[in-house]
Amino acid sequence: MTCASVLHFTERGIFCPAGEFYIDPWRPVDRALITHAHADHARWGHRHYLATHGTVPVMRHRLGDITAEAISYGEKRKIGDATVSFHPAGHVPGSAQIRVEVGGEVWVVSGDYKLGPDGLCEEFAPVRCHSFISECTFGLPVFRWQPQPLVAQQILDWWQANADEGRFSLLGAYSLGKAQRLLHMLRDGPGPILTHGAVENVNEVLRAQGLPLPDTIRVTPDLDVKGHKGALVIAPPSAFGSSWARRFGQASTGFASGWMQLRGVRRRRAMDRGFVVSDHADWPELHRAITETGAENIYVTHGYTDIFARHLNEAGFNAQVVPTEFGTDEDEAEDAA
Amino acid sequence: MKRFAALFTQLDQTTKTLRKTKILRAYFESAPDSDKLWAAALFSGRRPKRAVNTTRLREWAAEQADIPLWLFEDTYAIVGDLAETIALVLPPPNRADDHSLTDMIARLRSLSALDESERKPVILDLWDGLDQTERMVFNKLLTGGFRIGVSQKLMTRALAQAVGRDEAEIAHRLMGDWTPDSTTWHALIEAEDASADLSRPYPFALAYQLDDPPDSLGSLDDWQAEWKWDGIRGQLILREGQHFTWSRGEELMTDRFPELARATDFLPPGTVLDGEIVAWDGTAPLPFNDLQKRIGRKTVPKKLLKEAPVILLAYDLLEHQGQDMRDQPLAQRRATLDALLAALPEDAPVRASPLIHANSWDDLAAIRAKARDHRSEGLMLKHRESPYFVGRKKGDWWKWKLDPLTIDAVMIYAQAGHGRRANLFTDFTFAVRDGNALVPFTKAYSGLTDAEFRQITQWVRKNTTERFGPVRQVTPHHVFEIAFEGIQRSPRHKSGVALRFPRMARWRQDLSISDADTLDHLHDLLDRYG
Repeated sequence: MTCASVLHFTERGIFCPAGEFYIDPWRPVDRALITHAHADHARWGHRHYLATHGTVPVMRHRLGDITAEAISYGEKRKIGDATVSFHPAGHVPGSAQIRVEVGGEVWVVSGDYKLGPDGLCEEFAPVRCHSFISECTFGLPVFRWQPQPLVAQQILDWWQANADEGRFSLLGAYSLGKAQRLLHMLRDGPGPILTHGAVENVNEVLRAQGLPLPDTIRVTPDLDVKGHKGALVIAPPSAFGSSWARRFGQASTGFASGWMQLRGVRRRRAMDRGFVVSDHADWPELHRAITETGAENIYVTHGYTDIFARHLNEAGFNAQVVPTEFGTDEDEAEDAA
Repeated sequence: MKRFAALFTQLDQTTKTLRKTKILRAYFESAPDSDKLWAAALFSGRRPKRAVNTTRLREWAAEQADIPLWLFEDTYAIVGDLAETIALVLPPPNRADDHSLTDMIARLRSLSALDESERKPVILDLWDGLDQTERMVFNKLLTGGFRIGVSQKLMTRALAQAVGRDEAEIAHRLMGDWTPDSTTWHALIEAEDASADLSRPYPFALAYQLDDPPDSLGSLDDWQAEWKWDGIRGQLILREGQHFTWSRGEELMTDRFPELARATDFLPPGTVLDGEIVAWDGTAPLPFNDLQKRIGRKTVPKKLLKEAPVILLAYDLLEHQGQDMRDQPLAQRRATLDALLAALPEDAPVRASPLIHANSWDDLAAIRAKARDHRSEGLMLKHRESPYFVGRKKGDWWKWKLDPLTIDAVMIYAQAGHGRRANLFTDFTFAVRDGNALVPFTKAYSGLTDAEFRQITQWVRKNTTERFGPVRQVTPHHVFEIAFEGIQRSPRHKSGVALRFPRMARWRQDLSISDADTLDHLHDLLDRYG
């Protein structure tokens, strides 16, 4: 059995012929294994879903009535001639890398990932394999994240300064993952935290699974906003500039994303502040993750794939670019990052 | 450097003008005089000379970051800002130095006395004492590009507030040929004798685009109409037997337009004129293309002086007999100007830009419609009572331009933008149909909303057929209406034409490529308007 036959790259997505399943497919299929619940990975319309216990409830919340089965991290499952298992990816709560073994040949699909603990989601665990399919959203040497406590302090200082002026701090973040990570980072802040409905709905799903999130106040039409002056408000960036955001008056605006590392992107967002908080691996983390898999063949998907693959090849890996439809929505990719 | 880097960070952290003004004002109230002088210089486009070749800087940065040069270059292409890219890839510093801005600039300028090989250790050592933001600011000083979202107007206002002086006065003091070497904070901003500098121009008055119908301006009797010329806005200063020519961008262009020297033969000293520098065929302006040949050259060969001689079409008088005329109403300034220029011979390098008389707005509209026949872009409308104000002021002066020419074209190549638009596809090449072929004829970068750019970016990613470095060839599918101000024959372009100010007026999602215009149509436009 040759390497390439464990997983194939097809028009519908990453396919395993031995188990007749797809991983994060972008067209409807019979059987889909899902790395995490973000919209570009967990799409609507598959007949059967398999994902971690942390991912399935969020998928149900987002996709409605689906046929889904949950699996634990590390649990081995035989599908056809393939053996699959899910391993923590550290991207968002419940996110996984998917290991596929066929006849002793091991491939791992990373999904989206970051290294190190963020205090909330299961920490990335390296999985030895022959071939590793890695994202590289931030695969450029300008992307290096600062330690989480440092960034948390920057956001807290900003919040405090706004609170001192009696202004709201309106912080934009993707509603699944980034928003909850920020809640955790900012749990000891100088005031209450208000949340947009899209964020609070995910909070409820995650709290029901026992995730320790701090108390939040859902922004509803009849909420007495003025009574919460100086509060932090977490909302998806799409809510900014809408009538929803107007109730907060002259709020200071911020956005939390890995893209905020670049001044140009920060300026395009036209927010007061950009905080570099990413749920994707930075440049050093990508290299560490790839090295720790021990894989010889690296397939890089969404991000700066051409550049990153060339760099890996010069570093002695056998790297190739694989076209996928993950993160094709610019807005979403930036928000999720 | 810490104080100046902190200023940069604070300015960068807000998009609100009021807040920026406050931040800058606080800087001008607290920084040492020499630093304030440099800050005023930097924010008004007076940069220290580039001390190090940027190619070397890239090599040194890549070496320090331990990455190959190609990777640095590819990364730079995406980040879009060299100073920033270097700051982001360098390893963390080993020291935390704090030299003043003035001291840092002095160090930077002392580099030019060194051999290139001696410069490297100096730069590396300086980098090693600066944090990420300080490095970026320092690199910006080093590479000579210093645009950080602070307009000269905003800086002028903050400075005026900080020193408790009138904004217009500070704007005037900041004009002209000074550098931090040639003056001091006291002499530039505080000293009473502000007229010391012979070459100092007045701040230009600028006009807004007229979007409402002209009769919304009230009675035509209150307005003066002139042609709007497609040349270079210029101020000609005649003082004490010398002459100086300034562009609106505050560039001294005296040597570029030697023809204007003869103005001193015809006009008395103590005269300052505002007008348009145009290439002149004896009776009318030549197309902008001819003037373009003159712009890039510091010294002008004889042949070019003959082919494209320039004159100043004057439309305002700012100084007369050494007196500042700017507070007088336009009608009066214009009368004095006409009297001054009336006696000039035909071959003088200065002529009055003619006034246009009409009986009604409708008549004027009919005249405007013929602007292209006069090699003009449309009309200027100026209130007869208006003073010569500083900068842009709504209500007194209006540009009433002709509608642009347009053509429907097919997008065939796309390239990512820089800076604010990094990682969006914003630079497109457009083609017209020629039988079954598509002939590229122009590029355009602007005119779409951010949302539209995001949408087309997504589409480009999915519809790339081939890559040539950063350029992507895409499936011919989308049609855009390209608006432009003029069209010229150009042997340098495959299509044989060059457009002036092309931009995307509309994304014609309602059209398919078979609806796009043809090469014949393009040549037709060239015959009519070229």
